Amino acid sequence: MKNNLLFDFTVDKAAKTVYITREFDADLSLVWDAFTKPEILDRWVAPKPYVAKTKFMDFKVGGRRFYAMVSPEGNESWLIQKYTSISPKTNFKLFNAFADKDANPQLPGSDWDYSFSEQNGRTKVNITIYNESLSRMEKMIEMGFTEGMSVTLKSLDDLLSTLSQK
Amino acid sequence: MRRDIFQAIADPTRRAIIALIALNAMTPNAIAENFNTTRQAVSKHLRILTECELVTQEQQGREIYYTLQVEKMKEIDKWLSQYRKLWETRFNQLDKVLSTMKKQKK
Repeated sequence: MKNNLLFDFTVDKAAKTVYITREFDADLSLVWDAFTKPEILDRWVAPKPYVAKTKFMDFKVGGRRFYAMVSPEGNESWLIQKYTSISPKTNFKLFNAFADKDANPQLPGSDWDYSFSEQNGRTKVNITIYNESLSRMEKMIEMGFTEGMSVTLKSLDDLLSTLSQK
Repeated sequence: MRRDIFQAIADPTRRAIIALIALNAMTPNAIAENFNTTRQAVSKHLRILTECELVTQEQQGREIYYTLQVEKMKEIDKWLSQYRKLWETRFNQLDKVLSTMKKQKK
């Protein structure tokens, strides 16, 4: 059965910004933990069949998280994040960039802003991603996520072709 | 140099040019008439759009016509849909993790 949790995804191409809003059926402290604790993050950030592996994570201002997205073939794509601001259970900001296996960032990166709020036992998360370059996000897709989503994309392709035939 | 397709649409004048020629192929002069900028400025935008392969030029008699490559525009939307899909998948996984965590707490 499909839940009725709010999901909103908008892209302002001119401002090179992506806005994502999602509601979760859990209280604030649980959702906050899910976004800020490595052992929980690793359970959900990689779309299956990819897996996420956090090598280190120091959740404090100035601290960094270094993790990999691992493909089923074992290929690792490394990412490095640096926390720039933290207001517990309310908001945190980070700078995100692709990296090599020695945690050297590959610029340009993107600025991420996460806001959390709870209402009636549900928690709403607002994510704003500002990219210095939108082609960077394009790269993120190219780096292998497409494979993991090929099944869903197939139906998207079918949909697009149906629409274009009109 | 390969240009970034998003660079093409990041500029409001270029977006207006795209909207203009989406309906009909047009000559640079006809396009320029719609803007308060110089013909040179419009030419520069057209050059960037061409380099991004969003528009193509066609010679018809003495005139050059610019045509929008609709397939290329679709690529942008398709890519954005992929990115949206990625987040959807991710969040659905998080839903499961959260529900497991809730049960463990009880």
